[in-house]
Amino acid sequence: MSNDLSVTPTEQVSGPTTSPTSGGAPRPGATSAGVPLRRRAGRGSRNRPNWGAGVAVTIWLLIVAIPLYVLVTASFQTQAGYAAGGPLSLPTTFTLDNFTNAFDQGFGRYFLNTLVVTVAVVGIVVLLVPPLSYAIVRNRSRATTGIFRMFLLGLAVPASAVIVPIFYVISVVGLYDNLIGVILPTAAFCLPICTIILSGSMRDITNELYEAMALDGASPKRVFLQLVLPLSKGGVATIVVYSALQAWNGFLFPLILTQSESTKVITLGLFNFQTQYGVNIPGLLAAVVMSMIPILLVYLFARRALVQGLMGVGGK
Amino acid sequence: MTTRAPQGRTRPGAADLQVGRPGVVWALPAALFFGLFALLPMVLVLVLSFTQWSGLGSPEFVGTENWSRLLDDPVMLKSIGLSLVLTALGVVTQTPVAMLLGVWAAGHQWNRAVLSAIFFVPLLLSAAAVSVLWRAVLDPNFGVPAQMEWLFGDGNLFGNQSTAIAVLVFVSLWQFTPLHALIYQGAAKAVPPMLYEAAEIDGAGRVRSFFAITLPQLRNTMITSVILMVVGGLTTFDTVLILTNGGPGTDTTITAFYMYQKAFRGFDFGLASAIAVVLVVAATAISLVMVRLSGYDKMRSELEGV
Repeated sequence: MSNDLSVTPTEQVSGPTTSPTSGGAPRPGATSAGVPLRRRAGRGSRNRPNWGAGVAVTIWLLIVAIPLYVLVTASFQTQAGYAAGGPLSLPTTFTLDNFTNAFDQGFGRYFLNTLVVTVAVVGIVVLLVPPLSYAIVRNRSRATTGIFRMFLLGLAVPASAVIVPIFYVISVVGLYDNLIGVILPTAAFCLPICTIILSGSMRDITNELYEAMALDGASPKRVFLQLVLPLSKGGVATIVVYSALQAWNGFLFPLILTQSESTKVITLGLFNFQTQYGVNIPGLLAAVVMSMIPILLVYLFARRALVQGLMGVGGK
Repeated sequence: MTTRAPQGRTRPGAADLQVGRPGVVWALPAALFFGLFALLPMVLVLVLSFTQWSGLGSPEFVGTENWSRLLDDPVMLKSIGLSLVLTALGVVTQTPVAMLLGVWAAGHQWNRAVLSAIFFVPLLLSAAAVSVLWRAVLDPNFGVPAQMEWLFGDGNLFGNQSTAIAVLVFVSLWQFTPLHALIYQGAAKAVPPMLYEAAEIDGAGRVRSFFAITLPQLRNTMITSVILMVVGGLTTFDTVLILTNGGPGTDTTITAFYMYQKAFRGFDFGLASAIAVVLVVAATAISLVMVRLSGYDKMRSELEGV
């Protein structure tokens, strides 16, 4: 057990069981309480304030927060005020023009298109994934195992590698420059992760419950509707939030599958805005802020569902 | 309906276990949909790589012409090197930061929970928003480099290869570290606290506990995370498209971006498909390794089949 408090940066990783007093921003009381305890066997490093972690986390906080600060302050400044003060200064001007201008540039329309894509993608995912996950968890035939493996394989096949054939398929069926053409592949590429998340949460339903339903002679449909769906509500919430995020933030498929104003989604709008009016940084960043608002709202209200889902991706 | 015989237990009703199990039909709609829009394209890309197609009319069969053109293409060779460099730099920078952040965030302190919520924000932004934001923040005339000339010199980070690559690596670090940190956080929470208590009784400090317990326990997670980084690093090009547009010259034209350029700017879809095949083969090989190593396909709860 080391006695000094000046720990190296790597020492921040004291493990998940560190006590409340060894946080990244040590409170004054922590040190005095920790000193006498440190020498006692069994308490040791877990009670020391973790200075190394504090420093490292502060640096990372700055890296994350500075661009976000620039983003928010710039979007409320006039172009002249921003150019005069620079990105890191305290704002000296205040205006909402950047936001109204973004609307005039067509962002209202892009917003609506993105909403349509998001709702449709979530609809498809919610319609397809729960029955699939139910079959994967409860049907042990070779066919189902094969299907599950196919989705696992699809999990790591990135959409960007197949944009050419997807462009071909969508063109052939006549859905180029049509929002439906964006919706279908976006939903398809959400399926693998959503399936893994939901089948994971369905596996936690105990066998006794299935048995009880089986004794009643319940059909698979009834088991699904009365047992499986109600007990995997958390998983369903997660896949809703996850697929909504994917659809809202989707850039690749709209980029290659649409071209006109009437089908433009918000991410593509940002890209075009940048190539056309790259110098108008406050205007550009106001558009970025607008594109984020719905996600931030979801994040505030459904953070848990989202975090749980993304954590599941890495496996246990 | 499964044909598996009831398990050895002979309690009343055990035979009825097979009642109410869903048939394969339940899995078919999703499987067909996924097959049509994700797996069929993977087959098609191979077919298209032997054709010439400008986006209009029908593809024409041209044999291995695209492939031989690809082998002689200096930009393609350069792009493979760049892809490997960017991917390697991504793994090397993101893995340590993500692992330390994840293990740190797995602690139960309130301040960690609050800060983690902030650290998570970059993950919520679209690749387009992240790239547009950083392009603005790093703008040579109106961005941070112009305000901090003592640090950035002339400030045009997009003007030469090494700084442009540094920008791409840094923005990827900013954008993707939260996801990987989250993966590590989940895994670190699952490490039995008993192990740390035992280590402490043996007198192990923080560093020792980390290397002796945390790191070995995170091995599988690390494999998964690194492979996700490699697959992502090899195939994503949206950051390159918005931040550097492959430039200066072709100095940040990675293979995936080169494919996009050939297809959607040069309308040379046949050649682009050949490039895509190279990418798909690399990505699929890595996915298979990932499925094998992480044991995803064997994932079954202990509760099932008791």
